[in-house]
Amino acid sequence: MSKSTRPTPGSPREYHFPKFDRRVLVNGMTVVVAPTHGLPIVTVLAVIDAGGVAEPSGQEGVAELTARALNEGTPKYDGETLTDYMEHLGTSMGGAAGWDSASLAMTVLRENLENAFVHFAEVLVTPTFPVAAIERLKAERQAELMQIESEPRELADEQFDQYIYDSASRFRLPLGGTAESVAALSRDAVVAFHTARYQPSATTLIVVGDVEVDAVERMIATTLEAWNGPAVPDVKANDKPGRLTRTIRIVRKNDAPQSELRIGHVGVPRTHPDYFSITIMNAVLGGLFSSRVNLNLREAHGYTYGASSAFDWRREAGPFVIGTAVASDVTVPAIQETLKEIDRMRSEPISESELSLATSYLEGVFPIRYETTAAIAAALATLTIYALPEDWYDTYRARMSAVSVDDVLRAARAHVKAESLQIVVVGDEDAIREPLEALAFGPLDVVSP
Amino acid sequence: MRIPIETFRLANGLLVTFSEDHTAPIVAVNIWYHVGSANERAGRTGFAHLFEHMLFQGSENVEANEHFELVQRAGGTLNGSTWLDRTNYFETVPSNQLAIALWLEADRMGALLPAMTQQKLDTQRDVVSNERRWSVDNQPYGTWWEKLPALTYPDPHPFHHSLIGSFEDLKAASLDDIAHFFATYYTPDNAVLTIAGDFDAVEARKLVESYFGSIPRGKGKPPLPDMTLPDTFGATLRETVEDDVSLPRIYLAFRSPALGEDEYYAASVAGAILGMRKGSRLQRVLVREREVAADVTAFTFDLPKGADLLVVDATARPGVTAAQLEAAVVREIERMRLDGVTQDEVDRAVALIGTDFVASMQQAGERADQLSRFATYFGDPSLVNEQMAKYRAVTVEAVNQFAATRLGEANRAFLTYLPREAAEETSVAGSVSGTDSREVTA
Repeated sequence: MSKSTRPTPGSPREYHFPKFDRRVLVNGMTVVVAPTHGLPIVTVLAVIDAGGVAEPSGQEGVAELTARALNEGTPKYDGETLTDYMEHLGTSMGGAAGWDSASLAMTVLRENLENAFVHFAEVLVTPTFPVAAIERLKAERQAELMQIESEPRELADEQFDQYIYDSASRFRLPLGGTAESVAALSRDAVVAFHTARYQPSATTLIVVGDVEVDAVERMIATTLEAWNGPAVPDVKANDKPGRLTRTIRIVRKNDAPQSELRIGHVGVPRTHPDYFSITIMNAVLGGLFSSRVNLNLREAHGYTYGASSAFDWRREAGPFVIGTAVASDVTVPAIQETLKEIDRMRSEPISESELSLATSYLEGVFPIRYETTAAIAAALATLTIYALPEDWYDTYRARMSAVSVDDVLRAARAHVKAESLQIVVVGDEDAIREPLEALAFGPLDVVSP
Repeated sequence: MRIPIETFRLANGLLVTFSEDHTAPIVAVNIWYHVGSANERAGRTGFAHLFEHMLFQGSENVEANEHFELVQRAGGTLNGSTWLDRTNYFETVPSNQLAIALWLEADRMGALLPAMTQQKLDTQRDVVSNERRWSVDNQPYGTWWEKLPALTYPDPHPFHHSLIGSFEDLKAASLDDIAHFFATYYTPDNAVLTIAGDFDAVEARKLVESYFGSIPRGKGKPPLPDMTLPDTFGATLRETVEDDVSLPRIYLAFRSPALGEDEYYAASVAGAILGMRKGSRLQRVLVREREVAADVTAFTFDLPKGADLLVVDATARPGVTAAQLEAAVVREIERMRLDGVTQDEVDRAVALIGTDFVASMQQAGERADQLSRFATYFGDPSLVNEQMAKYRAVTVEAVNQFAATRLGEANRAFLTYLPREAAEETSVAGSVSGTDSREVTA
């Protein structure tokens, strides 16, 4: 083996996404169990069709508030006792909301699963939502909102969403709600939301780890089969864009040494048939370290610590955005280079080498993504949230590697809308306004956060 | 739970650890070099981290930017990070790609310098300057990880100065510095290599010997100055910073026993009782009951030499002043110092630490990193398998002893952040100067 000769790979060992058993209980709840016998650990994840999109208008933030308040008490125990009990079992339950679903999760040693699950189930089905806890969680959200005002990255993300969506879209406002909407939320609203959405037919309970399918299904059936309730209606966010032509907004952050840039537009729903070609296209554009925007802005020009692009996948169209932070004095050149990369993506085919880098990366990294029980549970949740077929992960790598150079070009032309690009810059107005006006990208306005 | 461990040393001093696990067809390669910002010379703050960036710029047989590309093309993930006393480089790849990962690490350990150019250095200097702006200067509270070590490790202690470095020092770094640093610290006898996951030990050993065996041993590195410090600061230290932040925040640090000492585990459990999860004292009292804090956590830096830090990090609720927040935190610290903890609290902390440990060991990359950590610091990777026993052996008395001796007024350092416009309203005395800490990645 000469040291200058690069080694070639051996033949790959086969890998399969963990086998799982999926069944629907008589109460309509779906149960998914994936036994993985690595370490003596288990993740339990309940996914409920109770995300931000399901909120009544004017109650923005109630989904997140409800999820966070789940473990604040049950008829048997107050929140403090519950917390104490679970933490002595070495775990804690975390409730969270996304756009399309809410979740309750815990990771626990095998030996503590049964004891912990009793409380997990009670918290999911019979939370008491004490007024004091609701008010405290509301105040915590208000503190979060204040923090975002001085945190340029989150501020840029939040301002970008607000800028690109139509005024009637739920996606326009932050998932956790605004200062006004959160202030108006009451315990009644939380109880009503829980009653409306946390129903067995809208819930999938996922258990991954050192377990046997039959034993877990017995445990779940014993605990939760008596839980009954009506079906929940489908909901829509309205993903309409607010702007169809190029515009640019400066969000003032005086004396900021960097500009936080967000460039993009309303993207594509998760279930779009072009999912695989879009994923490869995005990997080449800005999804990998060796992607075009990162190599250009970071490695060729040294403008930034990093630049990336992403499609934020939701049931309806989430944002497509290229994001980076650059020194204030190179704000315009960085935008110009980014626009160049967008044009190049749409005007000419990527090279075979770029294609093979993206496909071989996504194929190879597949088993690395599913090393932990928590990661496998999250992958199984994705199947539920987007109603994907059960063999999704079995066919994933073949479908990814079937994407061609032409598919990528088609995806770029169809889904990266050069004429509708929106730019949000969080930065020092004094340093960047004039050069941005001179760029003549489109109508420009300036706002304060 | 015990992870299997096999170690051997090459003739050039490279300490190699194998840990086989065939659950999934993936393998992690992890190298720690025993060099960090502590080893920087005066006028070169930030150099160890800038150097880490240069290790991704190619080597004798690898083109610029090819390192990332080759690993990603192999279907792997990778990065590197710099800390006060070590620098690590790591990749997780499909198991049939082990050879390329080892070859890449060996090429840059053996022959980095032929690939170094002024232009690459200039670009990475710009990248790191932007990393500094992004993570420190344009982040609320971002300067804490320079200011807290500067406040708590007296100049010229090697942990005193900035890890990310000043713009001025970054600017001064030259190709000569690169060559010198490489020759001094990036040698097989100053490194450990760990392979964890799905591999064949016999084949892997052949690969390691073939790629790394001919890299010459180093000529030794200059010793660090004596890093030992008294058990306490000797006084209450304070620095107050007016910054572009929305809410006051307090970092309260205590000098604490170094990682690996028996007392370290008591300190770590004390930290968990104070600030780990919702049932911890500070979260229960400050966040839930009194509602003076929006958030509070506690953590240790985990430094194995000199002295470690236990840090409580508390952010005020809107409308609560820094002085009120400080009083509430101090009340809980005093309560622990004077009245001690209960067996029940120790049990809760150890149960949480235990589950987290098992959960983290699911990942080959994490197993490899922990093995490298104990191999680098103590020459013995098998200490990974002793950690939970050490936590389980922590007694109420040991935690109380730690609290009584380390949580008093003579061992407290307050780094307080105030929203700029509100700064005049709140009076918190004192001021010292500032520099560095947390891990920085490529």
